[in-house]
Amino acid sequence: MTRRTRLVVFLVGAGCVTAMFVLAVLGMPEFGGSHHVYRDLAVHAAVKHRTANVVSSVNFDQRAVDTFGEETILITSVVAAAVLLRPAKGETERRIPQTGRNLAGTRLLGYVLVPITAIVGLDLVIHGHVTPGGGFQGGIVLATGLHLLYVTGSYPALDRLRPIAAFDVTDALGAATFGAVGLAGLGFAGSFLTNVMPWGTFGQLFSGGTVPVLNVAVGLEVFGGIVVLLAKFLEQDITVASSGKEGES
Amino acid sequence: MTALIVLALTLVAMAATAVVLADAPERQAVTLSVFGLALVVVFMVLQAPDVALSELGVGTAVVPLMVMLAIRTMRKDRRERQQQTGDDGGDDS
Amino acid sequence: MSIYAYLVAGYLVLIGSYGIVRSRHMVHAVVSLSVAQGGTYVLLLAVGYQRGATAPVFGSTTKPSTDVVDPVVQAMTLTDIVVSATVTALLLALAVQVNKRHGTVDPDELAALKG
Repeated sequence: MTRRTRLVVFLVGAGCVTAMFVLAVLGMPEFGGSHHVYRDLAVHAAVKHRTANVVSSVNFDQRAVDTFGEETILITSVVAAAVLLRPAKGETERRIPQTGRNLAGTRLLGYVLVPITAIVGLDLVIHGHVTPGGGFQGGIVLATGLHLLYVTGSYPALDRLRPIAAFDVTDALGAATFGAVGLAGLGFAGSFLTNVMPWGTFGQLFSGGTVPVLNVAVGLEVFGGIVVLLAKFLEQDITVASSGKEGES
Repeated sequence: MTALIVLALTLVAMAATAVVLADAPERQAVTLSVFGLALVVVFMVLQAPDVALSELGVGTAVVPLMVMLAIRTMRKDRRERQQQTGDDGGDDS
Repeated sequence: MSIYAYLVAGYLVLIGSYGIVRSRHMVHAVVSLSVAQGGTYVLLLAVGYQRGATAPVFGSTTKPSTDVVDPVVQAMTLTDIVVSATVTALLLALAVQVNKRHGTVDPDELAALKG
């Protein structure tokens, strides 16, 4: 169908959706009201399991099977994207080209900020059950901290610090740890991903049972996954070149 | 409805319009970063620090970087493809 | 105007869909999809908000008896943000491969190609 037909169909559909949405919104409970049934139940359960960060408790204790499913989506997308970005038959990998002219100050800033960001990321992962944070956020911060080296101009330094095989293993290890903790819950208490470790005191580092362990597992997985993804994209851009007609190798 | 919430939501709507109406994908990478930042402000105002941390890392750093790398790769591939068909045309004639 | 938050969420989803429908470049469509996903996050968090309540993290300043906003919707949103980043990466990898094979990423031209 032509562009104009597509636009007309979309506008008709959008009009109907808008009308229904406005009708639905007018019937919803008031924005900022105090009637939240799930909130009362979730906070009560989190305090009972001595986890100070209720969001982490919901993610890794009360609805842990959902998080397990999302982890599976994550690792599958990383594997699929890595497969799609392999160098094809008619392509070779060439040497990393010399970096352009950067200010030495910019590169120094990159070198200094990488360990600082790494510590912030580790802190977010490990204290994810007592302060805002957690495995997902800490893993992203760790991965982007490492790529500060690329952003401030030293791709060769990033390449040395980032053996892709090690990060592949980290990714898989995180996912496997999550599954192993789940199976431990199945073995000890009869259902998958039950909170079987000692619950500890509210607000301390060792509290919440399996929640800190699962935080670390997810942090490893997100860190490994995002680094592998960005590595494949960077390789495609910087080092892969086509070496002639397709079919010749 | 405090004024802060209304202002943050309006900024998000404006940033979203800018992202969609930007025609060139290179421009969209930067406006997507700004949209991510506006979303972080909305999430903080709605009392959700965990979500704001997630969106900060993902929406302002990881996704715009991948978009820029994808566009550069596509341009490079298209240039190499043109060079190859140029060579073929030169050999034939 | 207490429904303003929901209306902004609906607007984000619609403008993202409009971007996908009218795009001439696959990467533009993928970025518009990200905008539409942002709309769903705003909707979820707006549902869980309570005026005068604080963030659902207890510590030395917030005792477990104070009012907090809904943590269930926050948990759903935060895992979704990270997972959708990797799915966006998958879509971008697909776009790169399509460009390599066919030399174009315009959806209208691609529909006409065979094989």
